Amino acid sequence: MAKRSIAGGPPASHAIEHLADVVNADQSMVHRGRFIQMQWLWQIGDVPYYIRIQNGMILELVRGPVLMRSHTFAIRGAQEHWERFWAPMPDPGFHDLFAMTKTHRASIDGDLQPLMANLRYFKDVLAAPRRLSEDGHHG
Amino acid sequence: MVDLEPIVGRYMTLDIEGRSCRIYFEEAGSGIPLLCLHTAGADGRQFRHLMLDSAITDRFRVIAFDLPWHGKSLPWNGYQDEDYALTTEFYSAAIMGVARALGLDQPVIMGCSMGGRIVLHLAHAFADDVRAVIGLEAADHQQPWYDTEWLNRPDVHGGEICAAMISGLVAPQSPDRYRWETLWGYLSSGPGVFKGDLHFYRADSDFRDRVHLIDTTRCPVFLLTGEYDFSCTPADTLRTAKDIPGVEAEIMEELGHFPMSENPARFREYILPILDRVTRL
Repeated sequence: MAKRSIAGGPPASHAIEHLADVVNADQSMVHRGRFIQMQWLWQIGDVPYYIRIQNGMILELVRGPVLMRSHTFAIRGAQEHWERFWAPMPDPGFHDLFAMTKTHRASIDGDLQPLMANLRYFKDVLAAPRRLSEDGHHG
Repeated sequence: MVDLEPIVGRYMTLDIEGRSCRIYFEEAGSGIPLLCLHTAGADGRQFRHLMLDSAITDRFRVIAFDLPWHGKSLPWNGYQDEDYALTTEFYSAAIMGVARALGLDQPVIMGCSMGGRIVLHLAHAFADDVRAVIGLEAADHQQPWYDTEWLNRPDVHGGEICAAMISGLVAPQSPDRYRWETLWGYLSSGPGVFKGDLHFYRADSDFRDRVHLIDTTRCPVFLLTGEYDFSCTPADTLRTAKDIPGVEAEIMEELGHFPMSENPARFREYILPILDRVTRL
């Protein structure tokens, strides 16, 4: 059985632990991200994670905070909201990054051009933990 | 011989607001004219499933046209030197121009998203020329949720960004096949077209001051909105419905912003009862 949080998706710690495995094993996703070389920040509750992407692969994922570590853009939201977002069949309002930002459950800041130029890729990365609930392979 | 679909496509050239526009339209079926209006940045292919449903085409002549700049309708002459920006005036003239050109008598007009917005205007402005309107994902106004400047600029691929922005408006339950067919309309749209449609949607169609003027005894209004639509939310539709005496509004479960194309089987459960009602008007 895959691990589930009360919110429906995998617990945040489990989602982050397996994020790189899920993303890097998806060849078509890595291919779509092949032009990306940068570091972004995914803040889950109080914890910032610095995620370095190289040629579409997650090369490094560091739990922060780390003093003076830079990032190109950040996507932030409460842990409970992300766990609802990761549910295999998320509820309305929790099913998409912009459904979350419109309702102030998530926010985006920084230099958005790399995000917008590769929006499908980054949306897929954010949603990748949903697969942990679906197949249980990483449970 | 291969089985040919019953959908037939043709072209016509219309003068719309002083512009000569070559318009592509598709149709199938016979009976009450049902004129369908696609969403912003897309085209009439979104209605293909309705045109292949004999429960509909046995009673309705289903017609969907591509607005100028969309699908197989060309942009007008000289487009290369201007930024496209749709207005309420031009949009209304295009719809009623197509209806007149095809000799549609008292058509039912059904639009989705910006098409759902404009039918609220038509229900008021052309009440005696229209049998009824059906607004899918329709409201008199809604809050913007992103900066449209991202949709047309040289450092972001236009088709990719349009599709990636709206991809979350498709309900998670919708079949992948139809999700990606819906997104293809956005992936393949012309530069600046989605953004230009949103000029109408955001800047030129705040109808909060006029929906209360709609007389549903002259032009019945039906509203259907998917529960996963966070652009035109169920709350937006229900708020609009409160201001239109006699309107019928329903929230569709497990559907998003593109009900007719993202999950045709699910949408059918909601639209068939309304079309039944329309035949009895």
